[in-house]
Amino acid sequence: MSKNTVSDRFRKVDVDEYDENKFVDEEDGGENQGGPDEAEGNTNGALHAVLKNPPINTKNQNAKERAELLVVKVLSSFKSSDIEKAVGSLDKAGVDLLMKYIYRGFEKPSDNSSAVLLQWHEKALAVGGVGSIVRVLTARKTV
Amino acid sequence: MGGDTSSPRESDHELDFCCVGHLLGLPPVGYRFHSSICVDSPRVHEYSLYLHQQQLYLTTYTVKFRHVTYSFGLNRPPATPNKDRTQSLMIMFTGIDWAPESNRIVTCASDRNAYVWTLKDGIWKPTLVLVRINRAATCVKWSPLENKFALGSGARLISVCYFEKENDWWLSKHIKKPICSTVLSLAWHPNNILLAAGSADLHCRVISAYIKDIEDKPGPTAWGAKMPFGEVLLEHKDCGGWVHSVSFSPSGDQLAWVAHNSSITVADAAQKKEVTQLTTDHLPLLSVLYVNPTEIVAAGHDCCPYQFTYKGPGALAFVKKLDIPKQTSKSSMSAMQHFRNLDKRATEDDSNELDTLHQNSITQLCVVSGEKAKVEKYSSVGLDGAMVIWDFKH
Repeated sequence: MSKNTVSDRFRKVDVDEYDENKFVDEEDGGENQGGPDEAEGNTNGALHAVLKNPPINTKNQNAKERAELLVVKVLSSFKSSDIEKAVGSLDKAGVDLLMKYIYRGFEKPSDNSSAVLLQWHEKALAVGGVGSIVRVLTARKTV
Repeated sequence: MGGDTSSPRESDHELDFCCVGHLLGLPPVGYRFHSSICVDSPRVHEYSLYLHQQQLYLTTYTVKFRHVTYSFGLNRPPATPNKDRTQSLMIMFTGIDWAPESNRIVTCASDRNAYVWTLKDGIWKPTLVLVRINRAATCVKWSPLENKFALGSGARLISVCYFEKENDWWLSKHIKKPICSTVLSLAWHPNNILLAAGSADLHCRVISAYIKDIEDKPGPTAWGAKMPFGEVLLEHKDCGGWVHSVSFSPSGDQLAWVAHNSSITVADAAQKKEVTQLTTDHLPLLSVLYVNPTEIVAAGHDCCPYQFTYKGPGALAFVKKLDIPKQTSKSSMSAMQHFRNLDKRATEDDSNELDTLHQNSITQLCVVSGEKAKVEKYSSVGLDGAMVIWDFKH
């Protein structure tokens, strides 16, 4: 074979980086979105508090992870029988947000989290339908 | 389908489509009709309908450019093709549109070309359009007055093409400025100037496509007063997903679009361009159509058309599903069949069909008859190769 086919270093070049017309997502501020605060005692109130102010726009990975851990903690503290009612108390946007956290939680399973999240997933799916899952997949800004 | 022993090249792209006896007053049921030899059932992506005096002109579907005429007489059984003039092109069209008044067809394909077809002596003759794009064309639409058409492409631009009499060719002007990704859908405003474009950069825009060589200056509309070529009168950022389809209301004052995040949105120019979005529980919608000043029909991956209503900002609501579920007669199943089903499919049901008419996603909706402000019949085509004509009750 000729000499120039020996090296395959060119395969590691990210061609897209050199494209002048590369599509760039628009970036919003998001510095103030530090995620939910830890405070509430009662579970329902905790759920609502933890779903407020999600770190969607920020690029800070730590903030996102902190938020995720907090949410999973709150979701795990619910009794199985209470999950349905809790989901029912959320509005459409809340259900979508809950779905986002659930899928985020699936990414990093710990101890019993997946089982708990699956229960929440079932109830959230009943309310939000497949549309809420589609919105998790198409969202450019993840939680 | 599977065991056909037919020559693969020729029949590879034969049409498998479903015609409807609806025009004879039968309920909106689709009839499946296989063309003579069919190896693969092609997915119907794009089509154009022209219903004129009981004759249903069907133009192409996916691969073969086919002009087929169907006559529906009162005594004739449905779906009897009387003349089949097939012109074989063996090219996959990505977009097609029919101009009913001037009887011309414009087609575009992923080979970066567009052709305008005119009927001469019973044969459709193509004329090349100089579109000047360096990526595939994705969609094409004639303007209401049919003196120009807009072509969306993967080259991140819209090409507005018009006929120049002196040199006897089709020229194009490009709209590039705000568009950052593939243009997925186009729709013209009734004033023949404004163009709505949905694209993969998650934006929906209304842009002016005013060509001063061929038309007079437009009067002001609810979208704006000044409309030089390329002017952006509405740019809705972040529609949540790729914008699959756009549709203007009959008056042109409202614009509806569907995006890949399972939502339908309406922008109201009459109310200061306020945007109302409704997120649905269903799978994403792929096509949207205004059927009267307030009602909207949309369909997509759920294989079923849905009706929505928009009465004002904040008042966009789901009305109902438009597909009447089939009343399947459950024939008595033998115990053997019962357990065989359980074994094979883990379910006792005998059929694995969807209970909607379409068995796969609906890709496009099209008006068949009726004024824009009061559509009487509209049709849907889908990836299952079926075309169904629906009645709309106002």
